[in-house]
Amino acid sequence: MRGASGLEGQQTTAKRVQFSSPFLPYLFLAPQLAIIFVFFYWPSVQAIQSSFYLEDPFGFGATFVGMSNYTDVLKSTEYLGIARFTAIFTALVTFFALSIGLLLAVKADGVIRGNATYKTLLIWVYAIAPPVAGLIGMMFFNQHIGPVVELARWFGWDMKVGLDYSDTAFAMIVVSVWKQIPYNFIFFLSGLQGIPVSVREAAALDCRSEFRRFWTVILPLLAPTAFFLLIINVTYALFDTFGVIDVMVKDKAANNPITLVYKVYMDGFRGSDLGGSSAQSVILMLVVLVLTVFQFRFIERRVHYS
Amino acid sequence: MFKTISLTAIALAFSTTTSLAATNITWWHGMAGRNGEVINEVAQKFNASQSACALTPVSKGTYEEALASGVAAFRAGEQPNILQVFDAGAATIINAKGAVIPAEDLITKAGYSFDRNAFIDGVRYFYADADGKFVGMPFNSSAPIMYINDEALKKAGVEAPKTWEEFETIAPKLKEAGFIPLVQSQLTWQFTENFFSRNNIQFATNNNGYDSVVDTKLKVTDPNLEMMFDKLKAWKDQGYFAFYGAGWNDNQKVFEEGKAALWIGSSGSFGGLQKTATMPFSATFLPYWGSIKGAGTNSFIGGAALFAMSGKSDEENKCVADFFEFLTSPEIQYFYHKSTGYVAITKAAYELAQKDGYYKEKPVAEVGIKQLLLPAGEWSKGYRLGFYPQIREIMEREYGRIFSGEATVKDALETIETEGNELLARFAKTAG
Repeated sequence: MRGASGLEGQQTTAKRVQFSSPFLPYLFLAPQLAIIFVFFYWPSVQAIQSSFYLEDPFGFGATFVGMSNYTDVLKSTEYLGIARFTAIFTALVTFFALSIGLLLAVKADGVIRGNATYKTLLIWVYAIAPPVAGLIGMMFFNQHIGPVVELARWFGWDMKVGLDYSDTAFAMIVVSVWKQIPYNFIFFLSGLQGIPVSVREAAALDCRSEFRRFWTVILPLLAPTAFFLLIINVTYALFDTFGVIDVMVKDKAANNPITLVYKVYMDGFRGSDLGGSSAQSVILMLVVLVLTVFQFRFIERRVHYS
Repeated sequence: MFKTISLTAIALAFSTTTSLAATNITWWHGMAGRNGEVINEVAQKFNASQSACALTPVSKGTYEEALASGVAAFRAGEQPNILQVFDAGAATIINAKGAVIPAEDLITKAGYSFDRNAFIDGVRYFYADADGKFVGMPFNSSAPIMYINDEALKKAGVEAPKTWEEFETIAPKLKEAGFIPLVQSQLTWQFTENFFSRNNIQFATNNNGYDSVVDTKLKVTDPNLEMMFDKLKAWKDQGYFAFYGAGWNDNQKVFEEGKAALWIGSSGSFGGLQKTATMPFSATFLPYWGSIKGAGTNSFIGGAALFAMSGKSDEENKCVADFFEFLTSPEIQYFYHKSTGYVAITKAAYELAQKDGYYKEKPVAEVGIKQLLLPAGEWSKGYRLGFYPQIREIMEREYGRIFSGEATVKDALETIETEGNELLARFAKTAG
């Protein structure tokens, strides 16, 4: 950040772009602003508004109910249970997707012969759409024919995905992590390749332990990439895993674990309870807001950007 | 999701190629597989029978998704002419006064006569208002029935049970013969809503919710229902009952493969089962408890009805009325009944099927309608409960917990009652 803004400062003194009319820049900005307004701000305002109302599904009338949609949601033990699961799910998915992605990147970076093949093989999974990933995962974990279930039986684990809460949670985490590894892999790999050879060589002279070199030299230099990926992975686990979950619970959540976003969908779209569902999405908006502020305030400061 | 999108695209492509002179009407439904194909065939037959109207059916995925799409489209002013709404969504759409034109009004306005008595008894009340006026046009009507793996029963040397007591006596023999004695596909519809119908027990206050939305409360902590689930749990532990989750097909599959002896399915499963079952099968009524006084009444109508959405032009509404008339004609009813297994909803169609000798050839096809025609009881006509799709989700969750050992039957039913009553109170506020 610091480096980038310094560069900008130089450019502005050297070459200042001038528009013939003061309104022209706004005109250029207008399409982007319109999109942001229509697709982000307007729905958010509507969600906040309808979270204070109880509305009939077809939109014939709404009654103002104050905060009661919020208190109903926050009093519900079911909702709190889903929130707890979402937190654990997000932490596990983020941790495993990042660490496995990093491990693979480090190893692929070390490979000299045939490294293009390795890289392609590791990256292609990223091209799979989440519902397709969910479908493939569901086949792997199918109660009747799933190979993973067969394998688990070998080890004496009677896996019942769709019936047993923790087995389904396990399957969801595995599929979600698997889906996200290639993305992290690409970024870590390019991050590793951006570390100057001179730094590596200097480190190699000073320290024999490869593991220690990694912790003290390589990893700090990778920190900006890791920080960026952390945010991306948390939002992925919170929101983009919807498709995986939807396919895995097959339209019937029953006693299977679900995340907060899926609960918003179930109550709002399936259950036609717009007020309650809006309150839930406002709560989610606040969670994301707090998370973003926290990350930029406290974590970003400790990250060293070269 | 992808399927829905591609089907919509195909439907759109078709709708632009149909004749320009005709009035276009759309029909959103929640049927897939063979039953979805039959809907297209029905629409083709209607389009071929006349030239004034062109009907385009669009699959919206599942029942729940069809209702959700219909609600969202109505709010945006883009509603289809006809929306298929399933039994559990009936209260949502019937209580939304102004969202639909009652089918009976639509048909009489178009100049046709409407005779409520032409419909078989079990069908007549579920989608009607308090005065008995048809709000929805019953379409695919089904009853939960018990399918029988003939080979399994022969091998075990037992007869199909009429009551759950009889099931308890034959279950060990079926297990010994190497079969899963019992599977089912929907605990909410088959072992809750129809449990109350078949055993003639009250499901909710306010006359099962028909009289008013205000202060309606569930009565699922009924000791008889608790006994039913205690038994199911015990049967599962003894290996007499297997449960594969809330998904319909996961449970049907073991029956299709000939591994299970008895399967509680839908009369509407017959069409598909004829193609997928790997063994000869028959069917009989959903069992009841001989020990419950007054049990053995009819089951209420399941499946779905068609609703004519409001806010459409008179020409389009006339076309919808024409289509409803076409749909209830004995020939089309008979065709639909034969192709899918859903029961014929008019007496004339039932008589036509009898006269044609269809039930001699396929006795399974008559089981559903016979069960609907059993003597009715005070509590056998079904329910009208708001936010019911969500209440079903709570039931699915709690029933899942019973079988995974996370909750006791008593606790699960209490949770359903508490959370369900909260939803009913919410619904009363939105409808009020």
